[in-house]
Amino acid sequence: MSTGTPPPHPVPSTILPLEKAVDVLDQLPGGGLILTKIEYMLNWGRAASLWPLTFGLACCAIEMMAAFAGRFDLDRIGVIPRATPRQADLMIVAGRCSIKMAPIVRRLWEQMPEPKYVLSMGSCATCGGPFYYDNYSILKGIDQVVPVDVYVPGCPPRPEALIEGILKLQDKIKVEPFLRRPIAAKA
Amino acid sequence: MALRTEELLLNMGPQHPSTHGVLRLVVTLDGENIVDIQPDIGYLHSSVEKMMEYRTYLQNVALTDRGMDYLTALANEEGYLLAVEKLGGIEVPPRATWLRTIMLEFQRISSHLVWLGTWGIDLGATTVFLYCFRERERILDLFEQATGGRLHHVYFRPGGVYEDLPAGWTDRALEFCDEFPSHIQEYDDLLTGNPIFLARTQGVGILPRDVAIDMGASGPVARASGIPFDVRKAFPYEAYGQVEFDVPVLTDGDCYARYMVRMEEMRQSTRIIQQAIEHLPAGEIRSKVQVTVKLPRGETYARTESPRGDLGVYLVSTGDDMPYRVKIRAPSFSNLFALIEMMRGWKVADVIAILGSVDIVLSDVDR
Repeated sequence: MSTGTPPPHPVPSTILPLEKAVDVLDQLPGGGLILTKIEYMLNWGRAASLWPLTFGLACCAIEMMAAFAGRFDLDRIGVIPRATPRQADLMIVAGRCSIKMAPIVRRLWEQMPEPKYVLSMGSCATCGGPFYYDNYSILKGIDQVVPVDVYVPGCPPRPEALIEGILKLQDKIKVEPFLRRPIAAKA
Repeated sequence: MALRTEELLLNMGPQHPSTHGVLRLVVTLDGENIVDIQPDIGYLHSSVEKMMEYRTYLQNVALTDRGMDYLTALANEEGYLLAVEKLGGIEVPPRATWLRTIMLEFQRISSHLVWLGTWGIDLGATTVFLYCFRERERILDLFEQATGGRLHHVYFRPGGVYEDLPAGWTDRALEFCDEFPSHIQEYDDLLTGNPIFLARTQGVGILPRDVAIDMGASGPVARASGIPFDVRKAFPYEAYGQVEFDVPVLTDGDCYARYMVRMEEMRQSTRIIQQAIEHLPAGEIRSKVQVTVKLPRGETYARTESPRGDLGVYLVSTGDDMPYRVKIRAPSFSNLFALIEMMRGWKVADVIAILGSVDIVLSDVDR
């Protein structure tokens, strides 16, 4: 014979009926209902909070620092530098990458959680740049090691160019089939 | 029963927010104390010395900007071109030497500002970074107006400079020089009297004078250890013999002394720029030099005072339009190995403070 407690009193639903919800939403600034796809909303949020890894290789890293500093202020488009790959979702490869450094770049990329993006900043990271000819130590393009989403040309690119590259990446993220993509890693 | 203890090997870098580039430090720890530290370099080796052997003397100017110390592009150009001009007997017109002096000192200020800002971040004072980069952007604006580039200028050429100053440039430069001491005062207010900053820097990472000489340290690191040596005074080049400036020398040899030396150097650089603009003569900015300049057979060594220290370039020519061999004596390289002596015996948390105070650029170390 069971002496268990009686089933709890059913909790009343906190979801407002539609006519009352409209009343509440009308009080919001601008008012009105927002109807959108979940995927679009998620992408909008992801694009507006790209957290790059603070990972400087060479000269371009100085321009990247300048882009984070007062005049250009990347914080205002939601780009906040992170010191560990575990918290980052964007890797800005800023500068030339030597063959000794290439496995480490690859490992850092592997340590970043999905979804992740790579921005190749400057000519050296894109194709070897001025170190293309007569050179035995520099990797001819970071895309031999990690998949690159956006290339920013320049030697070094101005901070404005880096910002343009990040805006391009945001455009790319906004139209991504985020919920419909295969789970497996890209590369 | 005694507790079994053993030394711990800690691997720091090459990706670490405080190593200022791609330096790897292998630290041997006994508890919290540093027993030994071994820098592992070569993660940014660009084989730039080899590349220079396949490029003409003019093309190499662009390579010195990028392949060597990227924070002080003009100082690299100066070191390389001094060697070229010395070997080739190329005359530099007086206006060009004064222009070079102005640019080199602006470069020194901008390099020290990057050092101060990043060191501030390392020590937990993030505000300083924003202040330093505010002033640095103004210097970069001046560079951009005069040379066309923010970071890599390719402004110095064999026998002079590329272009004359645009209209109104000297006024803007003087305006900056008038304001800049008040900005240094702002950094002083933020850091110099700050008890947290003092606790982390005063008496930390002492480099004794004799060790500094043994390890070949130069620049602000050596001057903070009581070595009154500055190439600008000892072997004056360009217009440094004709301007008045003091070389700050401190004897403590700790992180704080290195900080104070660099702060004073920025004030002195401002003084040099003001005098140079006042004395700036009119006339030619570049002597007639062929684009594919051929140097006579021979070898030479030129030394300059880059913001990081004694930058030497050894140049061998076989009479061709390309150098036979270029060897760069990088100041960061010697200063990096003086670091081992500074760090022994300190706590693991001091690694960041000491490393930042030496101000190394890995591009300069590895080349």
